[in-house]
Amino acid sequence: MTAILSTRDLRKDFVTARPLFGAATVVRAVAGVSIDIEHGETFAIVGESGCGKSTLARLLLRLIDPSAGEVWYKGEDLARVPPARLRALRRDLQFIFQDPFSSLNPQMTVGALIEEPMRAHGIGTPRERRARVADLLTRVGLRPEHGDRYPHEFSGGQRQRIGIARALASGPSVLIGDEPVSALDVSIQAQVVNLLEDLKEEFGLTLVIIAHDLAVIRHMADRVAVMYLGEVVECAPAADLYAQPLHPYTEALMAAIPVASFGARPARTTLEGDPPNPIAPPPGCKFHPRCPYATDICRTERPVLTPAGAGRIIACHHAAALSLQGLADVTPARTPWASARFDLYARAMADRTLSNNRLKSGDITPPTDGGST
Amino acid sequence: MSTIPDPVAAPSEVLPRRQSRVWRKFRKNKAALLGGILVAFFVIVALLAPIVPIPGPTETDWGAVRKAPSVAHPFGTDEIGRDVLSRMIWGARASLLAGVVSVGIAVCIGVPLGVLSGYLRGWTDASVSRVTEALLAAPFLILAIALAAFLGPSLTNAMIAIGLSAVPIFIRLARGQTMAVMTEDYVESARAIGLTHIALITRYILPNIVPPILVQGTLTIATAIIAEASLSFLGLGQQPPAPSWGSMLNVAKNFLEQAPWMALYPGAAIFLVVLGFNLLGDGLRDALDPRDH
Repeated sequence: MTAILSTRDLRKDFVTARPLFGAATVVRAVAGVSIDIEHGETFAIVGESGCGKSTLARLLLRLIDPSAGEVWYKGEDLARVPPARLRALRRDLQFIFQDPFSSLNPQMTVGALIEEPMRAHGIGTPRERRARVADLLTRVGLRPEHGDRYPHEFSGGQRQRIGIARALASGPSVLIGDEPVSALDVSIQAQVVNLLEDLKEEFGLTLVIIAHDLAVIRHMADRVAVMYLGEVVECAPAADLYAQPLHPYTEALMAAIPVASFGARPARTTLEGDPPNPIAPPPGCKFHPRCPYATDICRTERPVLTPAGAGRIIACHHAAALSLQGLADVTPARTPWASARFDLYARAMADRTLSNNRLKSGDITPPTDGGST
Repeated sequence: MSTIPDPVAAPSEVLPRRQSRVWRKFRKNKAALLGGILVAFFVIVALLAPIVPIPGPTETDWGAVRKAPSVAHPFGTDEIGRDVLSRMIWGARASLLAGVVSVGIAVCIGVPLGVLSGYLRGWTDASVSRVTEALLAAPFLILAIALAAFLGPSLTNAMIAIGLSAVPIFIRLARGQTMAVMTEDYVESARAIGLTHIALITRYILPNIVPPILVQGTLTIATAIIAEASLSFLGLGQQPPAPSWGSMLNVAKNFLEQAPWMALYPGAAIFLVVLGFNLLGDGLRDALDPRDH
């Protein structure tokens, strides 16, 4: 595996006030992030509101200019390429927006919106582009004739599908989603997550997903980076991270995931207070004012990101000493009858997967009169 | 098929198109409809001027000087025996033309400057905005009169003067609307797919700032018609003997007691056409209000 998109000490400062005299007030939204996103993986970036994850997502595509640092994509530093080259590179790097209601131009038809990236990069003839628009609409679960409608005629979930089709139109290799499902109903969230996973496989994409809770990306991400106040505090393969977090902040995020079982968790580690003011972050470890395990060293010395084996990196003085609680797969207590019913269901689902696989491999031919999906 | 039907795949309820909703809202608004009818009436009258069987607007009849309304002259005659109705109808052309052309000039200059100013920000915005503010500091009509006096009296120059005076309004509006649209996610999405600046402005910004400009344009036509009448009244607009409501009023003011009809009809026409454009503009503003969509 090789890194397809890497950042090196990436920084973004926002000036919030520039007085006539004296120093400007600066918010360090992203304060030195170095990550490597590998080809073909699903990389998740999580953190609470205001931790700089959306800013980082925009920096990755240079939708905003970094204050310092590098973003490497296939041997080119996006932070420094000239505007014309950047425009050309956008064909490969696409973005899915959080709010499906404001991210589609209300004056354009859905077909025109999806066709636009192809037009912008001179892909195909008008006829080929129309065919591809119809194909993309089908792939995201809409119908080709929906291309003649306007965005306001669709629901939030449908609009997000349109946004995904638009992002796929130019044939990108990296797709960055800024909380792509958080504006949607929970029932629709799962559909869109599944869609993204299917498309990732189908188009061989590298996915970068920004999320504010660990629950949504749990079954999706290969690796997870946890951000706190503009810095990555922990980065690890998803399975390891969920099994045992090494950073107290990661543990707290996991404690916030609801578990539908009484007594599945012994005690809750809840965070006290709000994140500190990013204009004046606390000295030492930025997390220490809210950390239940903080000691004197945390108040004075800033921990640096250090490898912790098995592809994990962690920024905590006590990472080795703490034994933090992850999110084990718990089986809730059930009555015998309930257990029997769940077993039955599990067997039926397994059968279905099996027959689906045989369908795909061509062992069975589907009926041609075909029910519609 | 064994897959579960996807509930999202088929949109159950398709909302009506926005255009038709705007039209439906507009139709329900009685005042706006009245405005539309008034405007349409004056436009038709102005267009039909060469066809209707009336005396020419400059034909004099020395046997019928300052005659009160009658069958031969439904609106009466003026101080040199010209038919007031005919001058009214031909005068409608000058008024409407002045309104539309001057607003056209203002939009063509003001909107591009405003959009560039709001899009580029920085020094472009600072310099454009300062000049705009300086122009806005001078009252609209005073500015128009000064410009018209500078350019020389004629209907064309009056239209240019009024148009230039209205430019700052459109710069301001287009700049503010552009800045508002620029904060929308879809503008960022346009940059994310790699659109050029020109494509972004023409496909994303301009279509989304049209509604407020349309409303302002309609309302400014009303202002421009008053301005043209004022300039003609002062002798800086339409030159005699060509007919214009403003210059008719100017002459009529000398005969208010002997021949009030000379002033009544042009005055009423200005009132009605301005009312019409204002009602139409207000109606459009309500109908295009995105808050109800």
